[in-house]
Amino acid sequence: MADYLPHTPDEVAEMLAFLGMDSIEELFAHIPPAVRLSQGLDLPVGVSEPDVAADFVRLTDANRAKASAMTCFAGGGVYDHEVPAVVKMLSGRSEFVTAYTPYQPEVAQGVLQAIFEFQTLVSRLSGLPIPNASLYDAASALVEALNMSAGATRREKMVISSGVHPHWRAVARTFARGTGHEIVEVPLRDGVTDWGSVDVSGAAAIVAAYPNYLGLMEDMTEAKRIAVEQGALFVLGADPVAAGVLKTAGQWGADVFIGEGQPFGTPLAFGGPFLGLFACTLDQVRRLPGRIVGETVDSNDRRSFVTTLRAREQDIRRERATSNVCTNQTLMAVTAAIQLGWLGTQGLREVATRCAQGAHYLHGEMLKIDGVRAASTQPFFREFAVRLEGDAATVLSDMADNGVLGGLAIKALCDGDDPSIEDAVAEHLLVTVTERRTKEEIDQYVDVLRKSVG
Amino acid sequence: MTTEPLAGGRAISAPLLGHGTEPTLFEMSVAGRSAIQLRTTGVPATTLHDLVPAAHLNPHVVAIAEVSERDLVGHFTRLSHRQFSVDLGMYPLGSCTMKYNPKFCDAVAADPGFNSVHPGAPAELIQGWLELLVELEEKLCAVTGMSAATLQPAAGAAGELTGLLLMRAYHDANGDARTRVLIPDSAHGTNPASVTLGGYQVTTIPSNSRGLVDLDALKAALGPDVAGIMLTNPNTLGLFEEEITEIAEAVHDVGGLLYYDGANLNAILGVVRPGDMGFDIVHMNLHKTFATPHGGGGPGAGPVAVSERLVDFLPGPRATLAPHGTYEWKKSARSIGRVHGWHGNAMVLARALAYVNVHGGDGLTRVAHHAVLNANWLRKRLDSTLPAAHDRVCMHECVLTATDLKAKYGVRGLDVAKGLLEEGFHSPTVYFPLIVEEALMFEPTETESLQTLKALADAVERIAQRAINDPESLHRAPQTTPVSRVDEARAARHLIPTEDAAGR
Repeated sequence: MADYLPHTPDEVAEMLAFLGMDSIEELFAHIPPAVRLSQGLDLPVGVSEPDVAADFVRLTDANRAKASAMTCFAGGGVYDHEVPAVVKMLSGRSEFVTAYTPYQPEVAQGVLQAIFEFQTLVSRLSGLPIPNASLYDAASALVEALNMSAGATRREKMVISSGVHPHWRAVARTFARGTGHEIVEVPLRDGVTDWGSVDVSGAAAIVAAYPNYLGLMEDMTEAKRIAVEQGALFVLGADPVAAGVLKTAGQWGADVFIGEGQPFGTPLAFGGPFLGLFACTLDQVRRLPGRIVGETVDSNDRRSFVTTLRAREQDIRRERATSNVCTNQTLMAVTAAIQLGWLGTQGLREVATRCAQGAHYLHGEMLKIDGVRAASTQPFFREFAVRLEGDAATVLSDMADNGVLGGLAIKALCDGDDPSIEDAVAEHLLVTVTERRTKEEIDQYVDVLRKSVG
Repeated sequence: MTTEPLAGGRAISAPLLGHGTEPTLFEMSVAGRSAIQLRTTGVPATTLHDLVPAAHLNPHVVAIAEVSERDLVGHFTRLSHRQFSVDLGMYPLGSCTMKYNPKFCDAVAADPGFNSVHPGAPAELIQGWLELLVELEEKLCAVTGMSAATLQPAAGAAGELTGLLLMRAYHDANGDARTRVLIPDSAHGTNPASVTLGGYQVTTIPSNSRGLVDLDALKAALGPDVAGIMLTNPNTLGLFEEEITEIAEAVHDVGGLLYYDGANLNAILGVVRPGDMGFDIVHMNLHKTFATPHGGGGPGAGPVAVSERLVDFLPGPRATLAPHGTYEWKKSARSIGRVHGWHGNAMVLARALAYVNVHGGDGLTRVAHHAVLNANWLRKRLDSTLPAAHDRVCMHECVLTATDLKAKYGVRGLDVAKGLLEEGFHSPTVYFPLIVEEALMFEPTETESLQTLKALADAVERIAQRAINDPESLHRAPQTTPVSRVDEARAARHLIPTEDAAGR
């Protein structure tokens, strides 16, 4: 018996009397008895908050991968970055947490301005002028980019590099069941996209990732050239932390930038809620998915913010809409704006640089171990793949017993059914280092790995 | 001397210190200022030029903002003071179920034992999470009367599209090419948009004079090319579709499936289950019914539960309990695949399970009872001011209309909504559903007290008086808020989505 209801029995009686009723049951009397539940829900009775908390300790104890028990070297689009107290506390303010979509701008300037600042940062990091207010995650951003490309080109063929995260591609394949898009996945060679190996003619979109999911920095000149030649949109998925120092999507000539915004203030969170980043060129603004905040003035000529270009959205266009997005991930967008404010111009560069330094140091040390080989000769940024002599999943299990989450087994990341599975053999391990990892932790990683493969 | 208790949900006392504008983060930036503090790592500080080929480096520095921690805190705290929220006051936004979000559930999600876990960690290291997902799936199935569920969809609309892809996979597996999905004219806009993205065509079914699906029109629209129907029950008018069994039978007779849009599930918890009404696919909005905070427009979570014949098609991988007592990921060979980059909005899922466990079956039933009681009390109390579009018992929300105020005094529904802001309440949903003129959709939710409902009703009545005495003041409302009515046309005509476009 626990709930958050304010009504006293006297008040319930008063309200029913006002309605001319004797019992709450009368409010439901018009529901056909044939479909009514006669016994109530088949659930345990409610218990108090401390009772639920006590039960959940069993679950948190069983999560061996939690940060207090294991040092994280796993990435794959989700990174263990520093999230300072100031960001946690500001983003946890209940005015941001318990608001809804800013339908009444006069009482939603807080969220609207924070989104405007977030959009500004996405635009700068992507090098593209038209950002949106966020999407669910990077995978959903990819799906929306494909829909935008189909709308822009009136074509259905989506050419996607297998360097794009396996999960994002899996989600794109799922949603193509509805849109009827043809998805062509381009194999990797030496870890980078082998564009020449597929037929790109008639493509609506050319999609690549930078760095790709194996951490490699591919030269995007060829992808851009193909997109121009075919009249397709060039969609580039970029790591937003790396974007602090690497060429932006705009500088590579992308029409659309997509990305995973988790590294900006959102914890590992078992995969969600995360933050889908999206920006495009001015040419595509009428096809922009989701919401966008714009600056305007109020009736007293004061600077104000409001969700705009509403005519694109599902509640107005209904079946003619090109996206069904309504709720997005505003709280994570607000969090990203706060985290970026904390990082600052130099701080973002520093974090990106430290990630690269740590990853290269670890890579160098790992290759000194017998039985560990580089998976590619191409340059990587903050994440890399190695090939072990044994099964990566077994090695990870062994390393976990020594308190190290040693990375991700690429075969598992590909769910075992990725079309690019030939690149994802059981011996492949994907490893990342963030600015939070010390030299001591990295050296410990190497020791533990040496024992595990030895 | 009166001893009448006062409302706990009216925000008229909120201390807003004036009507200035808040500078943007970029306007406060001073070159060389910073807030960041990082760990001392001892990692060799190789220069970037030695790590990254020159062709990949951005020749320019990307400007973020350069502020002190103190200014960062001041800025976002002031922004938060310019934002209405459930914690501040009543938020009767119809269709959105803006109920109180228990702090306990947030504390669960803040536990590092849950939120410091990497989603790609091997199953043996995440047994607690997998058990949580299995338990939540079972309980959501108990609430909806379904067989199994996917927890991946990140929001209601994502759940809708997932449901339509399940519908398609089912028909495809039967070698059955169908082209149309039926939707009532009262449906949320996400429904038709999702149908289009699911590769189907929309056939709109009119409502009858009672605000319910017109059964004859439905039967006339049915045929072997109909893949299914999407229904919200109670519908967006807050009315229960009383002929649901007849509807289900008619749709099933032509081989179609029934999709339940769970936007309004709060009204029927523990009273009636979608599965018992004949639905095959059900999405839930955990951010509505199960009280996870809306986050200013997300994150939500939109799990989809299905009947037995659709279980094989569910997105995967799904957490399951293996025969040997450990939990693992499993994906059926006929699964439609992933619909989320990882496992769904996990932290929202954890909050929802905490909410379900605190309430239990008995508490969830009380939630529905009191939500419906509150909506009906408000409907009846406002009857002479803003009459209901359909004058009879409603469920968890009531759709009222301002046609009278508009005809007599030129005061529109939007003016009433803006007037309510000056009274310390969030507005109801305006101009939805589209089939009701000057619609004002109030959803008080079960967590608002009788005193707050009375204060809201008093406020609406004062606004109606203003409509008579000084309608112009309502056209100008709100004036007491951080900004007054914003120029939406200008924002659309001259798009400024970033600081850089503003040219400051």
